[in-house]
Amino acid sequence: MSAELDRREAVAALLAGRRDLLVATGLGSASYDVAACGDRAENFYLWGAMGGAAMVGLGLALARPERRVVVVTGDGEMLMGLGALATIAVAGVRNLAIVVLDNRSYGETGAQPSHTAHDVDLAAIAKGCGWERTYTFADEAGVDQLARALHHDAPLFAVIRIAPGEKPRVLPPRDGAFLTQRFRAKLGIAEP
Amino acid sequence: MNTPDWPDQVFAALKRAEVRQIAYVPDAGHARLITRAHEDPSLRAVVLTTEEEGIALATGAWLGGVRAALLMQSSGVGNCINMLSLPANCRAPLLMLVTMRGEWGEFNPWQVPMGQATAPVLRAAGVIVHRATEAGEVAPMVAAAAALAYDSRVSVAVLLSQSLIGAKQFVTKGATP
Repeated sequence: MSAELDRREAVAALLAGRRDLLVATGLGSASYDVAACGDRAENFYLWGAMGGAAMVGLGLALARPERRVVVVTGDGEMLMGLGALATIAVAGVRNLAIVVLDNRSYGETGAQPSHTAHDVDLAAIAKGCGWERTYTFADEAGVDQLARALHHDAPLFAVIRIAPGEKPRVLPPRDGAFLTQRFRAKLGIAEP
Repeated sequence: MNTPDWPDQVFAALKRAEVRQIAYVPDAGHARLITRAHEDPSLRAVVLTTEEEGIALATGAWLGGVRAALLMQSSGVGNCINMLSLPANCRAPLLMLVTMRGEWGEFNPWQVPMGQATAPVLRAAGVIVHRATEAGEVAPMVAAAAALAYDSRVSVAVLLSQSLIGAKQFVTKGATP
């Protein structure tokens, strides 16, 4: 196996051709990684609400069926809301992708091993829930394939296995009201 | 069994409020509303595995310019607490309709702690709480709660009293333990 993927490089490659993708991120390093690719109004960063990222993606994807929505989150955040994988599969949404950056640890709290360090297989869980396309990638070619697949019309769940270890923090805005209003304005939603 | 028409009136109130997503964890008290939601092609009815999923769904819907409402039983309120920080921080609306257990003629003691804690816990988390006890007040209260939530962008819960729903019957008469 080749060297483990650098999370920043992996997310940069994932979002390089993002065009007008709507992106929601799980709290912690996933938010910093997406912010490091350049802050933009179509990014919605969670700074809390752990376990909620995938469902924010579902609500958004159902609301905007003409747009592609991608949720970028970590293994710990996904593990806290595993039921969402069943809920989203049953909802039958076509325009949502979930990408889990799996470093097999809780990076924000001291790098304690997460369940994926003990071989819990998130892609297999998604597959068992009925997700049409499920992948686990651990190399650059896989990430490039995933970057293209994000734009295809089908639900997609992918795990990117990344190297453990923290990167310099790139902090996006953390005022939820600001992020929400900016996002809605970008979508042309009229405010009263 | 009588079939009160307030659930249909509540459904009409949600439609008038332009709700487009209805998320729920199944509950007998919401059964009629859930059926109506699934039958209506202009709505997306989303069944959840746990109630806090619906809080995140509603905020995501709002990001996309759509109004969502969330149906649950009082036991589910406890599952929601940390997730309530999401609409609060984002100044996104949240409308919750909560059927109460653990208060009026409750048979199951396991329902009582969360039922008794529901209103104070919601208030502690910053949710505005309304409570309906008469069939005739439910739909107007839901309409007002919807206006409050979506226009003022706050979290509002309408508690539907157990006396309204009726205490759940588990056993036939004469089976007193």
